[in-house]
Amino acid sequence: MEEHVSAYVAREQKKPLPPPPTEAGALAVLRKNLFATPLDSIVTILLGLFSVWAAWRIFDWSVLSAVFTGSSREACLAGDGAPVGACWAFVRAKFGLFTYGLYPVDERWRVDLTMLLLVAFTLPFAIPRVPFKGLNLFLLVGAFPLIALVLLTGGQFRIGGGWVAFMFILAAFVSTMLAAGNLNAPPGWLRVATWLAAIAVLVLIVSNILPSGQFRLLVFSFTTLSLVAFLLAVASIAVSAFASVSSSGKHASVLMHVLLPPLYVAALLVLLAGDLGLQPVPTSRWGGLLVTLVVALTGIAASLPLGILLALGRRSHLPAIRLLSVVFIEFWRGVPLITVLFMSAFMIPLLLPSGVSFNQLLRALLGVALFSAAYMAEVVRGGLQAVPKGQYEGAQALGLGYWQMMRLVVMPQAIKLVIPGIVNTFIGLFKDTSLVYIIGLADLLGAVRRGFSDPNWITPTTPASGLVFAGFVFWLFCFGMSRYSIFMERRLETGHKN
Amino acid sequence: MNSSIKALLGTAAVALVAVPASAATLDDVRDAGQLRCGVNTGLPGFASQNDQGEWQGLDVDYCKAIAAAIFEGDDSKVEYTPLSAVQRLPALQNSEIDVLARNTTWTMTRDTTLGLNFVGVNYYDGQGFMVREDLNVTSALQLSGATVCVQSGTTTELNLTDYFRANNMEYNPVVIESQSDVNAAYEQGRCDVLTTDASGLYATRLELANPDEHVILPEVISKEPLGPVVRQGDEQWFSIVKWVHFGLLNAEELGVTQDNVEEMMDSDNPSIRRLLGVDGTFGEDIGLENDWMVNVIEAVGNYGEIFERNVGPDTPLNIQRGMNALWTNGGLHYAPPIR
Repeated sequence: MEEHVSAYVAREQKKPLPPPPTEAGALAVLRKNLFATPLDSIVTILLGLFSVWAAWRIFDWSVLSAVFTGSSREACLAGDGAPVGACWAFVRAKFGLFTYGLYPVDERWRVDLTMLLLVAFTLPFAIPRVPFKGLNLFLLVGAFPLIALVLLTGGQFRIGGGWVAFMFILAAFVSTMLAAGNLNAPPGWLRVATWLAAIAVLVLIVSNILPSGQFRLLVFSFTTLSLVAFLLAVASIAVSAFASVSSSGKHASVLMHVLLPPLYVAALLVLLAGDLGLQPVPTSRWGGLLVTLVVALTGIAASLPLGILLALGRRSHLPAIRLLSVVFIEFWRGVPLITVLFMSAFMIPLLLPSGVSFNQLLRALLGVALFSAAYMAEVVRGGLQAVPKGQYEGAQALGLGYWQMMRLVVMPQAIKLVIPGIVNTFIGLFKDTSLVYIIGLADLLGAVRRGFSDPNWITPTTPASGLVFAGFVFWLFCFGMSRYSIFMERRLETGHKN
Repeated sequence: MNSSIKALLGTAAVALVAVPASAATLDDVRDAGQLRCGVNTGLPGFASQNDQGEWQGLDVDYCKAIAAAIFEGDDSKVEYTPLSAVQRLPALQNSEIDVLARNTTWTMTRDTTLGLNFVGVNYYDGQGFMVREDLNVTSALQLSGATVCVQSGTTTELNLTDYFRANNMEYNPVVIESQSDVNAAYEQGRCDVLTTDASGLYATRLELANPDEHVILPEVISKEPLGPVVRQGDEQWFSIVKWVHFGLLNAEELGVTQDNVEEMMDSDNPSIRRLLGVDGTFGEDIGLENDWMVNVIEAVGNYGEIFERNVGPDTPLNIQRGMNALWTNGGLHYAPPIR
């Protein structure tokens, strides 16, 4: 049965009226948020006036009454009455110094090339769409540091035989471990390889204690014992290689795997000691943004892997490893970076035999890397603790070993959770690089400050202009890092928003 | 410390540079091919970097002069190590540098107990006070109760204490590590008085927003003889640096300048002939070439030229010769003769 509905009865809902003008639109927003009560209105007007005034002063200082050209302080001195704003002419004249420090002008293309390579390797790595991440990672982490080291320093280091032996012993241990990863490798041979490397360590230690004559081999100056240590390390690598080849069908690829560490070490030594036709530039001539980037990037690159290892160590069930990690982390977290740098400037020379000097930049790099590794370790540990226990148990139930469990199940979740913390540490580290000023290195801020004492540029506005410029450059880098981390977070959806 | 552990640490740390140590600094410098010279991180007129990044200044010219004397006129063979006030003496003691030319005040303690030797005075300075004009202070004796900004680790800090104690006055020190921060603190009004060496006061005043609003008080409360320093225990090196300094003073006294040094080689004046190595073997006696001073003067000029170029009336610093004139002009610079 059909229901009768009168014609005057509405069949559908009426469209709502537009909200009254006092409740919607820009005006309403303004009224609600800024002028809701008389007090609000007063505060709004006062703060508004202040903002306009401040913005105008800043604009006036940095653009209208600023000096953009000129070659000496005369340009930036107040004329009759009118005060002078920012002295950008100073920044312009010193721009080369702020960027490269005292790096020789004719060689600055090397710094440019290094920075260009860094961008070329980093950008595709940072953009998720770009393929070949594996090759990219190798170029960025494996090849780039070598290239940068040689390009920036120019190579031609005098390297002692002890160092050659030391590097090859390290390579021998890594090779042995890689060979042991192959389950078919005969354990007898591996034991021989390990023993050879261990004896090499002993011989190297003895060679440092016993004084003995030196002789040159290629460009390296060996003592007899350090040469023996070197040969033992090479023998150990050979045994590892033999062990892995004899047990596997795929000779070529397995051999490459095991021989990669010694080949890398050899390449490093050849590049460092060899003469590639580049003029050596001592690190004492580096400065400005170059030093800032070198210290910050080394710190960042070293602190993440070190920090992850330390975090794992601190949560390890092996008491010795846990204790060592705790001691390391608490020591470096408990000491101010400035103290570490002071110690490196004053204590290390006292411990060294007279005449042996320890590169200033290297001291800073070591200090900053170890320092930030300790902070990073705690950030990563926070992530590890946030991963539910079920994830660990699930991974173990699947039969994964410790490293597989960490690499495949736990770490991806943990790192994802603490991206803000990691980037926080990176940004803090980037800004802390200015402290290397303490030990006589001129980073960006140091270079700017040194510019203040050029009598050719002493004016009342020079310091402010230089500091604003330095602050802006720091802000650019830190803001860039911050935006990228937000992008990564959104991409990985870590917030448990749903 | 056990020598073997030292050796181990040493080898572990021969990171990039290893310099064999020996008593003869001159040989080390020649082997290294450069003079390692400690300078100020930045003091206008004494050590600063120009737009091209070249070091310049009165102390820097001393580094250049010594390098020119050793490397036959090549004044570019210097590795400058910028050092803060607290770093400078340890750096010299630890052989990180060969000579320190960093406006360092010659005091008895520093000369006798630290294993260092001062070679002479290349700038006679004295500590002064700068105050705001509107404080209406005309003498340092009116400064009782004032807040004073001063750099740490310097003789300035000690002189300040002595002066106020001697005159029975109270003061609040604001002690800051770097001179540029001291200046900033004064400008921001954190203290009423800025004290440092008079040469520094003039440079600082240029930096202030209104230089005319600040006055430098007439009192000079200390003797600050600034000079280059070397390590004790190498007499030959001590002699070289000392006589490069005396040579520069003698050159001014005898009128030998960068421009006329070639002509002066033909001079009949026996003092000039000895200075320039035409007569005698004075250069060889200290391990250099006989024309060592020719090389030095061609590179940097005589003392007067160094002074005029870096801090004199034609520079922004506009410092008068005053005490730093030669003794013949009423100043204090007096060098023993070369003979």
